Amino acid sequence: MQKVVKSFGANTVLNALDLDIAKGEIVSLIGPSGSGKSTLLRCINLLEPIDDGEIWFGGIDISVPGYDPNPVRRRIGMVFQSYNLFPHMSVMENICLAPVRVLGRKANDTKAQALALLEQFGLADKAKSYPDQLSGGQQQRVAIVRALTIEPEVLLLDEITSALDPELVGEVLDAVRNLRNTGMTVVLATHEMSFAREISDTVCMLDGGVIIEKGSPESIFTNATNPRTRQFLSRVNSR
Amino acid sequence: MIATVSTLAVAITLIVAIPKMPRWDRVKKSFFNGEVLGETFPKLLDAFVLDIKIFLWSVPIILFIAMLVAVTRNSRSPALFPLRILAVVYVDVMRGVPVLLWIYLIGFGVPGLGLERPWNSPLLWGTVALVLTYATYVSEVFRAGIESVHESQRAAARSLGLSNAQTMRHVVLPQAVRRVIPPLMNDMVSLQKDVALVSLIGPIEILRQAGIDKSKFASFTPYVGAAIIFLAITIPMTRTTDWLLERERRRTSGTRVS
Repeated sequence: MQKVVKSFGANTVLNALDLDIAKGEIVSLIGPSGSGKSTLLRCINLLEPIDDGEIWFGGIDISVPGYDPNPVRRRIGMVFQSYNLFPHMSVMENICLAPVRVLGRKANDTKAQALALLEQFGLADKAKSYPDQLSGGQQQRVAIVRALTIEPEVLLLDEITSALDPELVGEVLDAVRNLRNTGMTVVLATHEMSFAREISDTVCMLDGGVIIEKGSPESIFTNATNPRTRQFLSRVNSR
Repeated sequence: MIATVSTLAVAITLIVAIPKMPRWDRVKKSFFNGEVLGETFPKLLDAFVLDIKIFLWSVPIILFIAMLVAVTRNSRSPALFPLRILAVVYVDVMRGVPVLLWIYLIGFGVPGLGLERPWNSPLLWGTVALVLTYATYVSEVFRAGIESVHESQRAAARSLGLSNAQTMRHVVLPQAVRRVIPPLMNDMVSLQKDVALVSLIGPIEILRQAGIDKSKFASFTPYVGAAIIFLAITIPMTRTTDWLLERERRRTSGTRVS
């Protein structure tokens, strides 16, 4: 991403932000609320058109106005803070919608694959439940499975643990760790510093719509050079 | 317990008070004449078949047009701007005039153009007027439903790679329609009653039949008979919807707050 600018009215959320993400890399975005973490993820998935700059994905600038976003989104999965499951569909229907409608898979094959994933996430008995019948943690795990069934190359996680109970955070951590072995590229916005520290290859500190510091988890969390990063981390850690 | 007592009190008051009214005897004779009712009721029922027919033809067409208009108004593509304008004008114009006036204007106006049979029937064009008017009411109900589906649902669907149309069809509309079923049924009950307005331009349906019998027997009882027939349809309609909604709610939702 080069010099990406995104404004909502007079409010500039991303201010000429640069970021390179390598294939298979796990990148954490940290920073105060309103620093642009979520907006950045939404821009990568073309849910928000950017006002200036370029977003390159696999050798193509996908941010050109009029570029068909659907093929890009097929290669990028996204999980939201508020789960955003479809309440009128069962867990199984939620998961199978995109593979069947978008990728044109056979319903039976998709179901088998979905069941395997549900099992892996400890949700095998929930396939027929509806989202409102599940706990928040269960809903979020379903959302992750749903994002995985389109077999994306990149997974965007938008503060997915913010609403989870502590017990489940560990489970999600395990899941993301497993993804690393599959070579999945993951970009996650998070307020969970220990989560970011444990899981990431690279940590980016956002403030005021730009990345003010970027580096390995060790360097950021133990040896930050930017005073704003140090201030932010000490506040978070003192909670 | 409290509900039972208060209901009983109201009922007793009504039963005691109404016959005390000075002209109750005359009203009773004119409106609740058992003999007249027995004689006119079968004819009213026959005439009501036409109401049902008009209703049953109209509903699918109304739902179709209404859905089309609602989705058009909610479309976001700049290319569809002219269609959106057209939809807004259509809704504003049709909704802004009483149904009865449209039935007169279209029901008498179009056959007046000198069309051949069967295209000159006031019944046909009266029904068209009814359909076009009701489609605008229902389209507004659908539109409200579509707008009530949270933007994050669209974001989730689009992030999975679904196109705009697929998002509408599989994610937004199913939720929107479920939410608007009560107001939708409200419009359907209204429609069932307003079908009787078509009688004013000719066709002999229940209201007109009741009018004919009223003159013949010099009694208002046929109107009461007609009212009973309408209620026999509209009340079960409403109750069935409530029951369906409750069943759906129980199937998809978690624990209920008392």
